[in-house]
Amino acid sequence: MNQPVNPTDLQLDDDGPLYAAQKKVYPQSVSGTFRRTKWGLMAFCLGVYYLLPFVRWNRGLGAPDQAVLIDLPNSRFYFFFIELWPQEVYYFTGLLIVAALTLFLMNAVGGRIWCGYLCPQTVWTDLFYAVERLIEGDRRERMRKDAAKGTMKLERFAEILLKHSIWLMIAWWTGGAWVLYFNDAPTLVKQLVTFQAPMIAYIWIGILTATTYLLAGWMREQVCVYMCPWPRIQAALTDEWALNVTYKYDRGEARTSLKKANELRALGQPVGDCIDCYQCVAVCPTGIDIRNGSQLDCIQCGLCIDACDTVMNKIGRETRLIGYDNDINIHRRAAGKPPIYRIVRPRTVTYAVMIAAVGAIMLYAMLTRTLLDINVLHDRNPVAVKLADGSIRNAYTARLLNKRGFDRVIAIDVDGPVNAALHVVGADSVTQDRPMIVLARDTTTELRLLVTAPAESNPAKSIPVRFRVTDIGLGEVASVTDHFVAP
Amino acid sequence: MTEHSDIDHVSGRSTTGHQWDGIKELNTPLPRWWVITFYLTIVWAIGYWIVYPAWPLLRSHTTGIWNYSTRAEVANELANLEKIRGDKMVALGAAPLEEIEKNPALLALARARGKTVFGDNCAPCHGSGGAGAKGYPNLNDDEWVWGGSLDQIMQTIQFGVRSGHAKAHEGAMLAFGKDGILKKDQIVTVANYVRSLSGLSTAAGYDAAAGKKIFAENCTSCHGDNAKGNQELGAPDLTDKIWLFGSDEATLVETISNGRAGVMPAWVDRLDPSTIKALTVYVHSLGGGK
Repeated sequence: MNQPVNPTDLQLDDDGPLYAAQKKVYPQSVSGTFRRTKWGLMAFCLGVYYLLPFVRWNRGLGAPDQAVLIDLPNSRFYFFFIELWPQEVYYFTGLLIVAALTLFLMNAVGGRIWCGYLCPQTVWTDLFYAVERLIEGDRRERMRKDAAKGTMKLERFAEILLKHSIWLMIAWWTGGAWVLYFNDAPTLVKQLVTFQAPMIAYIWIGILTATTYLLAGWMREQVCVYMCPWPRIQAALTDEWALNVTYKYDRGEARTSLKKANELRALGQPVGDCIDCYQCVAVCPTGIDIRNGSQLDCIQCGLCIDACDTVMNKIGRETRLIGYDNDINIHRRAAGKPPIYRIVRPRTVTYAVMIAAVGAIMLYAMLTRTLLDINVLHDRNPVAVKLADGSIRNAYTARLLNKRGFDRVIAIDVDGPVNAALHVVGADSVTQDRPMIVLARDTTTELRLLVTAPAESNPAKSIPVRFRVTDIGLGEVASVTDHFVAP
Repeated sequence: MTEHSDIDHVSGRSTTGHQWDGIKELNTPLPRWWVITFYLTIVWAIGYWIVYPAWPLLRSHTTGIWNYSTRAEVANELANLEKIRGDKMVALGAAPLEEIEKNPALLALARARGKTVFGDNCAPCHGSGGAGAKGYPNLNDDEWVWGGSLDQIMQTIQFGVRSGHAKAHEGAMLAFGKDGILKKDQIVTVANYVRSLSGLSTAAGYDAAAGKKIFAENCTSCHGDNAKGNQELGAPDLTDKIWLFGSDEATLVETISNGRAGVMPAWVDRLDPSTIKALTVYVHSLGGGK
């Protein structure tokens, strides 16, 4: 048996232009497993995006009750039971790392699954195509209508107008949902409708309406082919075991019409299952021919698999002439060996372990995060002051953080120089020599701490000093170390 | 424009007709969007000249039809800032000084406002953190030449010290040497006596009894019988460890010989009342106040 030749190897034309003018793609509707998966994931993704701002989460009186809220004016981020402060944005770093690793893992298992099913560009473009198909008809009809340019009738004009209106409505609602994440959703909706919302909301809706409309309505596959870096990056991350949408050319050569193929088969001549029906090309949203092999323009949405399976069923041949596979198996089948699929391999295990590790670190950090905190800054000018009686005083600016949703009473203590006295400017009261302060909920409070060491203690040039804040009610303690300096 | 029908046979594209050493230049016009953008920038620039100040003239400049000016914009923004702060600063101005220190919100406002105003107006003499310098009191310690209560601090900030303002603190250290009240050796003796008051070492063989006598005759009227000072007159406590001009013998001799009369300006005409209040509270909080 002849060794199959990868069709891509035959076309080493790298001297083509870097950019080709956009050729309009008319993807044909298709049905099948992957199409159903795409519908399902699209509904899920859009559902989450559009409806999440309306989900409520009770955080007590006076606190926002929106489950997911980016509260920029008050510098808070709320995600269900989590409330993040500005200094905790490193959690987002962790999230980004997990997201990147997940992307790598998906890529190692099934190629550009992200591109084909989950990427917003794909999801919205798919939605826009669905609208277009509903109004203007399927592939052939749209091609015919576009070809009849210049003889546009009122009906055709109305169709185009309707299509763009619906696209703009979807785009507008996309921008509208975006701003809802930054303010109380029901309130903002009311404000938006009555034109009472802040100007910035309208500006953002405008920006996102424009980008959605342009990217999903006009640019479409151009975004994937020319603008997106991921196809370039993923090519460097993939390996020979990753499953990609693959035309199994070991089954497909020589391609010829069904009639001719049957004749050749009867004569015992080599012939492939592919009957050159071009259905895989017709349904492709990026307008490529998957039979030319794995390529940058392919977003691996699997719609060609559905199209090809339909044809294979009709002509009574085995399905999955196009399927998620890799070159190794093509060669193995050609050599008469059974295909093997290795999902569990060092690369995938490594990614999984890394995801678990980062996740565990984040979880640990999350569970042990302090809800009471103190930061201090030593006065620099002067660093130390001599008082009338010869004692030495250092001053610190302290910031106390109460991340809990209720007010609490805090006692402030100092461990440092022998017999040092602590005076707190801004303290509400002093109980048993301990300065006390009521920390308002979900706020920071700045205080001035004055630590005085008696003259006779004769403190060294620099000794460590420790400030401790104690929640009188809950017993929660936070502390911070600084230095006490003698002149 | 001349049409060149010359076609490059390799690329199949038309050429400009230019030729150097047999190499022809392909006709590759700029993209239309680029050209349009370029023309739009020219139109934009002309519009800009008309609308905004743009052209320098001999003595002035074109002002543009909108009379736009960055200076006016800054003034506008400052006015807006005042408006934003308005209510809070009014509340600060209305509250008694003691009230401000007990109200966390007002205290935070006063300290924040006070800090910036201090940096702008007071730091040149007193240092950015109020650490002071020789002749300029350290505001972080607990000796207050003219009094350290809130009211006294506000009084000092408002009218200054020897500032020429009618309500300013007056009273100066006399120049005992220059004015011939004390002789040189008497000054050295009393300087050593003053050092002994706060426990500092004295020169060998100095006459303590004579020093005490000179002090009692010349200094107690201002610094008090027990040398504890007098805030009414701005006479410092001479028994403590804080020295405004220095405590070594030479400095004290200089102080006693030539006197001291440092000046602090009056701020009442330069800063508005609520700002002075904020400054008072800030200064009071620096050393924990009296």
